[in-house]
Amino acid sequence: MAGHGVSLEATVRLSLGTLALDMELAIDEGEVVALLGPNGAGKTTLLRAVAGLVPFSAGHVRLDGKTLEDVATGEYVPTERRPIGVVFQDYLLFPHLSALDNVAFGLRSRGMGRRMASEKAVQWLDRVGLGRYASAKPAELSGGQRQRVALARALAPDPHLLLLDEPLAALDATTRAEVRRDLKQHLGSFPGLRLVVTHDPLEAAALADRLVVVENGRLVQTGTAAEVTERPRSQYVADLVGVNLLKGQADHGFMRMPGGPVVAAAGAESGEVFAVIHPRAIAVHRQRPEGSPRNVWSGRATGIDLIGDRVRVRIDGEVRVVAEVTTAALKELDLGQGGQVWLSFKATDVGVYPV
Amino acid sequence: MRRERVPIVVLVPAAIGAAFFILPLLGLIVRSPWRDAVTALTAPETVEALKLSLLASLSATAVGLVLGVPLAWMYARVEFPGRDLLRALTTLPMVLPPVVGGIALLLAFGRRGLFGSWLDSTFGITLPFTTAGVVMAETFVAMPFLILTVEAGLRSMDRRYEEAARTLGASRWRVFTRVTLPLIAPSLFAGAVLCWARALGEFGATITFAGNFPGITQTMPLAVYLLLATNPEASFILSLVLLLISLLVLIGLRHRWLGTA
Repeated sequence: MAGHGVSLEATVRLSLGTLALDMELAIDEGEVVALLGPNGAGKTTLLRAVAGLVPFSAGHVRLDGKTLEDVATGEYVPTERRPIGVVFQDYLLFPHLSALDNVAFGLRSRGMGRRMASEKAVQWLDRVGLGRYASAKPAELSGGQRQRVALARALAPDPHLLLLDEPLAALDATTRAEVRRDLKQHLGSFPGLRLVVTHDPLEAAALADRLVVVENGRLVQTGTAAEVTERPRSQYVADLVGVNLLKGQADHGFMRMPGGPVVAAAGAESGEVFAVIHPRAIAVHRQRPEGSPRNVWSGRATGIDLIGDRVRVRIDGEVRVVAEVTTAALKELDLGQGGQVWLSFKATDVGVYPV
Repeated sequence: MRRERVPIVVLVPAAIGAAFFILPLLGLIVRSPWRDAVTALTAPETVEALKLSLLASLSATAVGLVLGVPLAWMYARVEFPGRDLLRALTTLPMVLPPVVGGIALLLAFGRRGLFGSWLDSTFGITLPFTTAGVVMAETFVAMPFLILTVEAGLRSMDRRYEEAARTLGASRWRVFTRVTLPLIAPSLFAGAVLCWARALGEFGATITFAGNFPGITQTMPLAVYLLLATNPEASFILSLVLLLISLLVLIGLRHRWLGTA
């Protein structure tokens, strides 16, 4: 933990409908953290709790060493007095106000005079490249422009923490990459803490220094994008990254899975472990293969998906895995839905790490 | 595009229904003594009644806004026991015969009424048979239209805009005046106009609670009714004026309230 005091520390426990949220979240000085998880995992609820928009049953929120909320002591700083800026999912720009008045809203709310607030708002619009659109109403702006106005509006009052809820979800695919690049740049020039909520791993990896993976209201895994990609710790993350994840008991070069299958895995020594196998490392055959691979299983091809010039084949057998082959290889295999196959992979292609 | 033929079983009753509304209007327009229009309209009693009607109906709308918007906000945003019952009670005048409303007002605020006697003995205030009484009677009958319209607006607005405003440091008052009210402006406007139009046409509660004193409590509808006995021609002209005002309101509201896109 950085000891400079500019950090967020939140512990939140609450239930809301079917969601039971129980999470700890810490953001260090200058850090961009992405909260990554499937829909309904509780990401947005956590963000709203930090902003003071959702009451929780236990826990606390501390920012810069100051307590914003603590259920145990009853302390509560209302949303409007927290130094937190929020970019909402649909941006929620006030439809009756111009871009300028939207950006000036937070400054005026915090007591700045009309003239000065307008001047500062113009500066902010210039910074996000929208100086010419000061008098435009939100309805007259494109999705990307609205997002930038929302960012300027959230940043103008100089918050210590910036929360972004799915900042790119409302955009269409063609503008998303460009807006993401801009957003990364603007996030980089903001000195405070930044928390991005997203369900898109690409977005998370592109924008954040560190990912925090949330599932069913709980933290599953945290680390840099590279760390998370290399060592997924849940089926959800493995699916996002596109790798096969198995779990079992390590035993001197092997991993025993619940229900029987044994995977030869170099580096599996002892204890409960995850094993990750890249789909490209799995070979697919119509006949039982001869030779060196230590892991050979039979199964049935239950799904065949074309992705670019590669084909992902889902194979259900003693273990369920996805293999990736070229379209040419698939043609050679003469494989259709439901076809009987053999799969093989080397013990050295299995990445093993403790649970 | 081929036009669909309207079945005769629909067309005939529809035409009769339309005629039912159009014929009385036609009668009013055709039989009105247009030559005497200017004289009738500039007669001092008419001018007085018109002035009083505008004053009282606009006052009733103002009172409706000041008291009705907070009430609508309570109904839309606050969960409290008896809310549905209270809403039913405060919108009862919409279905209550106005004369009954006037009697109820008399029993409550009349000189010997439940609160009226206290108002009279403590402050020396008498409400019945005064212009203030006219405003009260009109507010009583008309405000429910405003309450219901504004409540519907508050319920259908996206409350996340209010949350966004709070994250920008806006106090509750600032959120209400700068975000909530502008966002429900169409409902607010429609509610106010409906309330005003209902107040302008108010007859039963007004004549019961406030009586019929020219210049003090005699509004346009009262004048129309009484002139019918003494000077029918003048009452026709005044009816036309009221008709015109109603028509203008209806046209103005067409897009906002009646849902004609």
